[in-house]
Amino acid sequence: MATLTRTTRTSTAGRARVRGRRHRGEDLTKVLFVLPAVVAMVALFGYPVVKNLLMSLQDYGLRTFFTGEAPWVGLKNYSAVVTDKLFSDAMLNTALFTIGSIAFQFVIGLGLALFFRQRFPLGGLLRSLLLLPWLLPLIVSSATWRSILEQDSGILNRTLTGIGVIDDPVPWLNSPSVALIAVIGVNIWIGIPFNVTLLYSGLAEIPDELYEAGQLDGATGWRAFWYITWPNLRAVASVLLMLGVVYTIKVLDIILGLTGGGPANATQTLATQSYEKSFVDFRFGQGAALSNILIAISFVFAIFYLRGTRRAVDE
Amino acid sequence: MRRTTYTVIGVLVLCVMLFPVYWMVNASLQPSGNTLTAGFLPLNPTFSGYKRALDEQGGNLVTSMIIAAGTVVLSLAIATPCAYALSQFRSRWVSIGLLAILISQMIPGIVIANALYTAYERLGLLNSIPGLIVANCSSGIPFAILILRSFMLSLPPSLVEAARVDGAGLFRAFVAIVLPISKNSLITAGLFSFLFSWSDFLFALTLTTKGGVRPVTLGIYQYLGTQVQNWNAVMATAVLSAVPAIVLLVAAQKYIAAGAIGGAVK
Repeated sequence: MATLTRTTRTSTAGRARVRGRRHRGEDLTKVLFVLPAVVAMVALFGYPVVKNLLMSLQDYGLRTFFTGEAPWVGLKNYSAVVTDKLFSDAMLNTALFTIGSIAFQFVIGLGLALFFRQRFPLGGLLRSLLLLPWLLPLIVSSATWRSILEQDSGILNRTLTGIGVIDDPVPWLNSPSVALIAVIGVNIWIGIPFNVTLLYSGLAEIPDELYEAGQLDGATGWRAFWYITWPNLRAVASVLLMLGVVYTIKVLDIILGLTGGGPANATQTLATQSYEKSFVDFRFGQGAALSNILIAISFVFAIFYLRGTRRAVDE
Repeated sequence: MRRTTYTVIGVLVLCVMLFPVYWMVNASLQPSGNTLTAGFLPLNPTFSGYKRALDEQGGNLVTSMIIAAGTVVLSLAIATPCAYALSQFRSRWVSIGLLAILISQMIPGIVIANALYTAYERLGLLNSIPGLIVANCSSGIPFAILILRSFMLSLPPSLVEAARVDGAGLFRAFVAIVLPISKNSLITAGLFSFLFSWSDFLFALTLTTKGGVRPVTLGIYQYLGTQVQNWNAVMATAVLSAVPAIVLLVAAQKYIAAGAIGGAVK
């Protein structure tokens, strides 16, 4: 009797121990599932952010690579880039580039998304073909647009002069007064497909019954858009606008490919400036300071967005 | 009648939007030299641009291919288990992880390039294919995690539990059950990682300093600096670099919208 009880007890304890071990082994496996990704994210994002913060406080230049020394200089890099006479131009260009691109991408994208919401033959096919500009490498788009916008031989000027819209070819990429507009135009073209895709999927999630009910109350056309479509699309639209700002503000490929920041710095933005400081002038400290300013601006938008979505969820 | 009008308008919109893509192909088939002669149609098509592009950029295309393939393998290997953990394990760390991914999207590539340049300089990874693969994973990994997680959220836990009852460990159940079911989303994530890496210009520009390792995006950029008299070769290279995008659109059309949306919103 006594022996029996003891064996039973031991085996229960043994089972518990096995289960405990299995649990611990399992926790270890769970950690191993995420560990590589954590290491990668720290190495590819955490380290660069910290490194940039440190570099922006150091005199980190070409000499550093030979001597290994990067003396601390406090906020000198920041004051150097902010007082640079190019800085205010770059800020203004960044703002114009970002706001101009996003406003037009969004409005045109919304128009096209509403258009494709109508059911018509070939609609789905046309909508997916529309994605092509978004899938092309940005430098390919830049190269193509450069051939189109060439002042003398580009097809745009040849067409416009041919049909008599303009008398003289417009120096799209060579004149400081129009280059920024041309660059924004190309960026709008690149961004439209993405906007259409996201807004279309947002529209597709609005139940048809809402429109049927709205129709009974006389909400058709603009009123239906204003009272039914827009309120239901707001969540998607706010994600899209936030992503738009965050992606557009740091765009580099398009500008470098089209104008290289020129002519006469007319298309220089914070991102291209940061690139030039680091990789053309090899003043890594100043480049880091500029890109930290860029991150700070992105974060401000992200906070607005996060607050906005939380409010939307609470409602 | 009204629906046909819509189709006509739709085709017109598309013609305007895709005109640059058409122009790229058209210009690539025109005789070399002065594009003033380039008509709207390549009536006398020549492949001299392509010959030149392959002679001068063929090696760069291969380099890009190797880097992109490497990025896909490394990104998926790292992102897939993590996406599964974020979708199935219950822990307060899940929302922290997702927030970290969201924030990572705000870090400009130039910040990563800045830091990697100085680190690579010391590690001897400048001008190397592995160096560019690792850098390109900075776009591949977060995107793949988001796409895969949004799919894996829909996996019923009972599926894996059944395997566990039969004695499979967590890892075996993941490999034998979760991976095969997730095939479509793995394809989507892989295709986009490929495309990101194939399109990469910034890391190619900053993390290579001599000609040894030169992806084709950098090849195009150097053409733009030096060779704009030979637009047909430049445009032929552009067409060849656009091939992955076109293949993706044709072959994997149904995955693309899911990819665009999954990566952006969820």
